[in-house]
Amino acid sequence: MEQANDPIVRFDGVQKSYDGETLVVKKLDLDIARGEFLTMLGPSGSGKTTCLMMLAGFEPATHGEIYLNGQPINRVPPHKRGIGMVFQNYALFPHMTVAENLAFPLEVRGMDRATIEQKVNRALDMVRLPEFGGRRPAQLSGGQQQRVAVARALVFEPDLVLMDEPLGALDKNLREEMQYEIKHIHERLGVSVVYVTHDQSEALTMSNRVAVFDDGVIQQLAAPDVLYEQPRNAFVAYFIGENNRLYGRVEAIDGDHCTVRLDDEGASVRALRVNVEGVGSRTTLSLRPERVQILGGEQAADNVMSGRVEELIYLGDHVRTRMTVAGNDAFIVKIPNAHGHAVLRVGDTVKLGWAADDCRALDPPTGEREPV
Amino acid sequence: MATIAPATEGLTTADGVSLKVSLARANARSRRRALLLVLPLLAFLTVTFVLPILDMLYRGIENSVVPETFTRTTAVIGQWDPDTAELPPESIYEAMVGDLKEAYASKSLGSAARRLNYDLPGVSSLFRKSGRRANRIEEGPYKDALLKIDKAWGEPAIWRLLHRESGAYTASYFLAAVDMRYDEQGDVAPQPEYRQIYLRLFGRTLMLSVVITVLCLLLGYPVAYLLATLPLRTSNLLMVMVLLPFWTSLLVRTTSWIALLQTQGVINDLLVLVGIVSDDGRLQMMHNQVGTIVAMTHILLPFMILPLYSVMKTIPPSYMRAARSLGANPLTAFVRVYLPNTVAGIGAGSILVFILAIGYYITPALVGGQSGTLISNFIADHISTTLNWGLAAALGVLLLGIVLALYFLYDKIVGIDNMKLG
Amino acid sequence: MKRFHTKTTAAAVAALIGAAPAYAADLTVVSWGGAYTASQQKAYHEPYMAKNPGVTIINDDSAAEGLAKLRAQVEAGNVTWDLVDMVASDAITACDEGLVMEIDYDNMLAPAPDGTPASKDFIKGTLEVGGTNCFIPQIVYSTTFGYRTDAWSGKKPTSIDDVFDLKGFPGKRSLEKKPINNLEWALLADGVAPDQIYEVLSTPEGVNRAFAKLDTIKSEVIWWTKGAQPPQLLADGEVVMASAYNGRLFNAIAVEKQPIAMMWDYQSYDLDGWVIPKGAKNTKAVMEYVRWATDTQRLADQAKYISYGPARYSSAPLVGKHAELGVDMKPHMPTDPANAKNLFTFDYEWWADHRAEMDERFNAWLAK
Repeated sequence: MEQANDPIVRFDGVQKSYDGETLVVKKLDLDIARGEFLTMLGPSGSGKTTCLMMLAGFEPATHGEIYLNGQPINRVPPHKRGIGMVFQNYALFPHMTVAENLAFPLEVRGMDRATIEQKVNRALDMVRLPEFGGRRPAQLSGGQQQRVAVARALVFEPDLVLMDEPLGALDKNLREEMQYEIKHIHERLGVSVVYVTHDQSEALTMSNRVAVFDDGVIQQLAAPDVLYEQPRNAFVAYFIGENNRLYGRVEAIDGDHCTVRLDDEGASVRALRVNVEGVGSRTTLSLRPERVQILGGEQAADNVMSGRVEELIYLGDHVRTRMTVAGNDAFIVKIPNAHGHAVLRVGDTVKLGWAADDCRALDPPTGEREPV
Repeated sequence: MATIAPATEGLTTADGVSLKVSLARANARSRRRALLLVLPLLAFLTVTFVLPILDMLYRGIENSVVPETFTRTTAVIGQWDPDTAELPPESIYEAMVGDLKEAYASKSLGSAARRLNYDLPGVSSLFRKSGRRANRIEEGPYKDALLKIDKAWGEPAIWRLLHRESGAYTASYFLAAVDMRYDEQGDVAPQPEYRQIYLRLFGRTLMLSVVITVLCLLLGYPVAYLLATLPLRTSNLLMVMVLLPFWTSLLVRTTSWIALLQTQGVINDLLVLVGIVSDDGRLQMMHNQVGTIVAMTHILLPFMILPLYSVMKTIPPSYMRAARSLGANPLTAFVRVYLPNTVAGIGAGSILVFILAIGYYITPALVGGQSGTLISNFIADHISTTLNWGLAAALGVLLLGIVLALYFLYDKIVGIDNMKLG
Repeated sequence: MKRFHTKTTAAAVAALIGAAPAYAADLTVVSWGGAYTASQQKAYHEPYMAKNPGVTIINDDSAAEGLAKLRAQVEAGNVTWDLVDMVASDAITACDEGLVMEIDYDNMLAPAPDGTPASKDFIKGTLEVGGTNCFIPQIVYSTTFGYRTDAWSGKKPTSIDDVFDLKGFPGKRSLEKKPINNLEWALLADGVAPDQIYEVLSTPEGVNRAFAKLDTIKSEVIWWTKGAQPPQLLADGEVVMASAYNGRLFNAIAVEKQPIAMMWDYQSYDLDGWVIPKGAKNTKAVMEYVRWATDTQRLADQAKYISYGPARYSSAPLVGKHAELGVDMKPHMPTDPANAKNLFTFDYEWWADHRAEMDERFNAWLAK
């Protein structure tokens, strides 16, 4: 019998190839906990949507097994999996009214009229569209269609709902509003959600855990804050949030830290040892812009370097400053618009400093692959 | 700044002109431009489409040849009561002799005689014969003179015909087109059974067209679905195969079907070779309705596939996936979600195939055998061989009427704006 | 133009062309295309153009729609055709409708070499068909029967009765999908004397009798609509016997060497010839051409290329061998005495009166 803390979904060594030559999903082992909101995040072509389609039953796994509630489902057709799904373009049936769309999954399950009507009304209330049952999808705005699509995926009370970039077609404000709405529905109903997106802020806002996909492999699976604060490799550091990168070679390792000699000026930097093989190996240093300070006068830091101001962008709460540091002319520093802060001009040379713990030494640059 | 006028006077533009007037002016300009743009097409359609149809309508009732040829007779025939059993008075016979003489001399008797022969078989030769001999009639009594030429002049039927058809317009073409006629007494009555053919042909034409349309739909739907869903390279190849018949002459295609379907043809040879039928029991697949249906279905299939394809192409695959994920099995998903979304294509394709099928005649003439003649064969025959353009026009108008009625019906049931041709 | 006195004008024209030289003109001649136009091209057009360099003859192959197109041209007042090839029944219609010129045969057509006037030299009944005088005959063709020589192990059909004899000569037959000829043959096979056919057909009982006879073979008949069909049906073995135009059968037998033979019993003569559209622009030039192209030698020449009989008595002895095959054409002519032992005279006038009625009845019968 299934237990409450058993995973609702388990990918066990799943591989997928479309053409028999290349693997789109290389080897996927993933447990999704009951009630969890898990986001698959990654650039297009990273394999995240394929994983979702395999879970929904629209694509067969080439190798490995997927379990739902402990049962293998490779041979179960989509309509028997009982998984709700929200599609990128909503896939609302244009020839049915909103109410008929919502009633569809209930009718095919053979429920009686009264129950259907009751459930449809409840679903419409849930997405705050109680008056819209008689309308056609084409008569609704994008956000309203989106809410109907969510309601339809939930109306038959599945344990698991899949969402395939459901907010991609909405404009920014609406998207943010919908993010909260979906998050709240998830919290209220306690269903498990697997959510696919390429938008990192969406992933960070909504998820319990985020699986960062690249090249058919999960690069890191962690809670949003962990992902941001402690990226395991250069790709995750790059893909989640903003980061400054400096390249160098490991000179010495002492405990959790290491010393890295930068390629450009030969300056050496102390960094947190996260993902380096050993002394002499090449590494990528990752540093969040907000963790870099402009040092005035006698202020000190673990690492101190000088930078030349190239460009200033005023963003209200902070000034985004592009500098050249150790040969990297895309080095970003966020200067808080706080009282009494230094005023910089393009061309100034300033002293920058950061803590060794904020500078993460990660895997070496591969050279070819520049994540987009 | 524009002042805000009181609501009762309506809004005005900055220089005080009423907003409505100003808007109408601006719109009129663009309407004129639009009209100018479509004018060439409008003129073209009027000349090549509207006028011929009006001309056809007119020919279906036009009858001027009778009053123009028999000017004297038609002027006086009203004096005679066609309901009596008596023959017309001498004055009418005299008028007829005068008309015959003049019409014979001016060579206009032939066409009038042919016209009246449509209503009463046999009068063509009667008028021609009488015309030739009328010159010899110098003086009265004219009745006896005509009766001497042919005793048919003593039959009231001829005079009733002239009495009825003396006007510039006639209903007899349309009556004939629906298997009706004027009987001996001049009342509208059905044709004798052995001459009833047009209603049956209309029925057969409609029935065959429906069968062909349904077959095209059944065969074309899966093909269109494949075209819309297969990867581009495969579907392009398939599309070429669908379009191939368009690039082959109609006669070549029809002839190929003859080679395939005839009793000594390829299909029968194969069936005999495999042993499914014996050499004596070869199947008769041609020179009957099977031949017409098979050949026409093949020829019209692309007209079904293309509109269906263009509609299916716009249906995102996620509809079916959504339906499946919501718990519908493949069949339910197809019937409740995919099919309703292709109704526009089904409607367009069916109307296209149906209307084309209704007007086809070369193929049925070649492969249809005795039961394969369609109404269009008769229209063509009346146009090109019997030269009875009045009847051809009446049949054509009825056919047009049927098509328009069906179109109207379709609009009522499905809605014309629901039709999508591509 | 309605009160136009054709006869006098025509006579004047004829008198004129007796003296004047050839008129230079481009003549548009409408005919049937294919082998038939080719035979006209070789026998008439090419020699005439060689003789008269000013004349260019342009072939138009739309004779199949000749009547309808001609009427359209005349109604529109824009006649672009100079000469049209038509079967006699269409020529009668065209003449009735006033679409074509009336012809004064003796004045407008060439006499025979021995001086016999045209009206006597053309085969009896070929001029003034159906009581009209617009038609200038060229050929006599016939609708007759072909049969497969391998159908009944050596047994040969010899009479029209055999066509209706399903026991003695089993197998599918092909007949033209028209009442014309079929009704006559049915009555002949039912024992009506040839000279009484139309008398019998003029009574309702007679028509019933004809259809009743056709009923006896209806289940075994494949109906054809285009002249090319019956030889093909015979060649394919689809039918064992078929009515067909004799020229088409000749082609299948002599050129294609198909196992087909002909059965001439009660062949049905029909005529094909010229009509001159009223309002044509080159009337004088075309009259001169027609006078030459329908003379004794030219009509005989055409039979070198196609097996249709010339419409003049004086041409018959001049018919020789086929230009390419070298076979003697005389035995293949419908007019050859051996072939013309039994024939019935087709009554154009009767059909002009009854065609519409019989077509309807025939098709109603077919649909039953």
